[in-house]
Amino acid sequence: MFGPALIIFRESIEAALVICIVAAATRGVQYRTLWIGFGLIAGIIGSVIIAGLTEVIASMADGSGQELFNASILGIAVIMLAWHQIWMSSHGTELARDAKELGSSIRNGSRELSAVAILVMLTVLREGAESVLFLHGMATSGDSIVNIIAGGTMGLAGGITFGVTLYLGLMRIPMRLFFSVTGTLLILLAAGLAGQMARFLIQADILPPLATPLWDTSALLPTTSALGSTLHVLVGYESNPSGMQILFYGATISSILFFTALVKKHHQKSPTKNI
Amino acid sequence: MNLKLAFVAALFTPLCVFAADNEFNLSIKNHRFIPSEIHVPAGQKVKLIIDNQDATPEEFESYELNREKIIAPKSKATIYIGPLKAGNYPFFGEFNSATARGVVVAE
Repeated sequence: MFGPALIIFRESIEAALVICIVAAATRGVQYRTLWIGFGLIAGIIGSVIIAGLTEVIASMADGSGQELFNASILGIAVIMLAWHQIWMSSHGTELARDAKELGSSIRNGSRELSAVAILVMLTVLREGAESVLFLHGMATSGDSIVNIIAGGTMGLAGGITFGVTLYLGLMRIPMRLFFSVTGTLLILLAAGLAGQMARFLIQADILPPLATPLWDTSALLPTTSALGSTLHVLVGYESNPSGMQILFYGATISSILFFTALVKKHHQKSPTKNI
Repeated sequence: MNLKLAFVAALFTPLCVFAADNEFNLSIKNHRFIPSEIHVPAGQKVKLIIDNQDATPEEFESYELNREKIIAPKSKATIYIGPLKAGNYPFFGEFNSATARGVVVAE
């Protein structure tokens, strides 16, 4: 029972992290709960469908279909996160001001929230499909249904607890720092996902690894340790990443910062034009 | 933008255009890897073909190799690894980690 619980916990933790950071980062935006909820439900339905299609996906692209599928999902998630972050930072002042007043929420966030819904959906779908496959495998190998349900529920409860705790922690951050903290977390999260995407493309032999590994800190801080796995989930830490992964990681951070600066500059310019 | 470009480029890179690979076969049977130890040349890219003969899915995972892949029941999966420095690289099946264990030895 604890084995399955641990696996489901590990699968749910990344989705929980994405949802909680995004939920915190969109505080004060109208209808955000609705959009996040929509993404969550779509993701759960999607994960069952994808789990059913595993063999079809896996056999595509000469046995590398799964890598391409995962890389595409991660790529879209990174773009959604980037777009979200660029949008948030250009409205940050507005959000921080509005969120201070109880019950007020900024409008016209629906276009941006569709990106959030897609992001939540894709994250849940990717992690969820693996969970569904694993639990289905347990069922076919003759494990008792009670065991499977108990293990799955425990793991999921752990994942939700993790997400809620982090969310509540984030909400205690003083308002003047709040959007800088959630923004930084979102950027690092995007970079970590981009690194994972690179890993899948290397695994499928589509991209060269460049250096394998670029560094090896597995003796110092193994990815399996408590701190290592927390950092892995939060900022994409890996004990022995390839050069290409680090390139993707860095390119994502610099692209988001570059476009954020560009959008901010544009926002500052436009009022003066009107005068 | 760099990322988007890289992503699009990656999607359109033709598959299987590379020269003959070092191929190594592995099977999964009764939640065990057979053989549980494979010797591969160091400093070269290697293609692992894993044949899951069980009726349940398995997830091939290795922190040392930096790899992770689900293998559907009764099907084969391809994973590229390396080029590796000489040494031992343990791997395991995440869904049955008590029994499904093995090591890649690069030499």
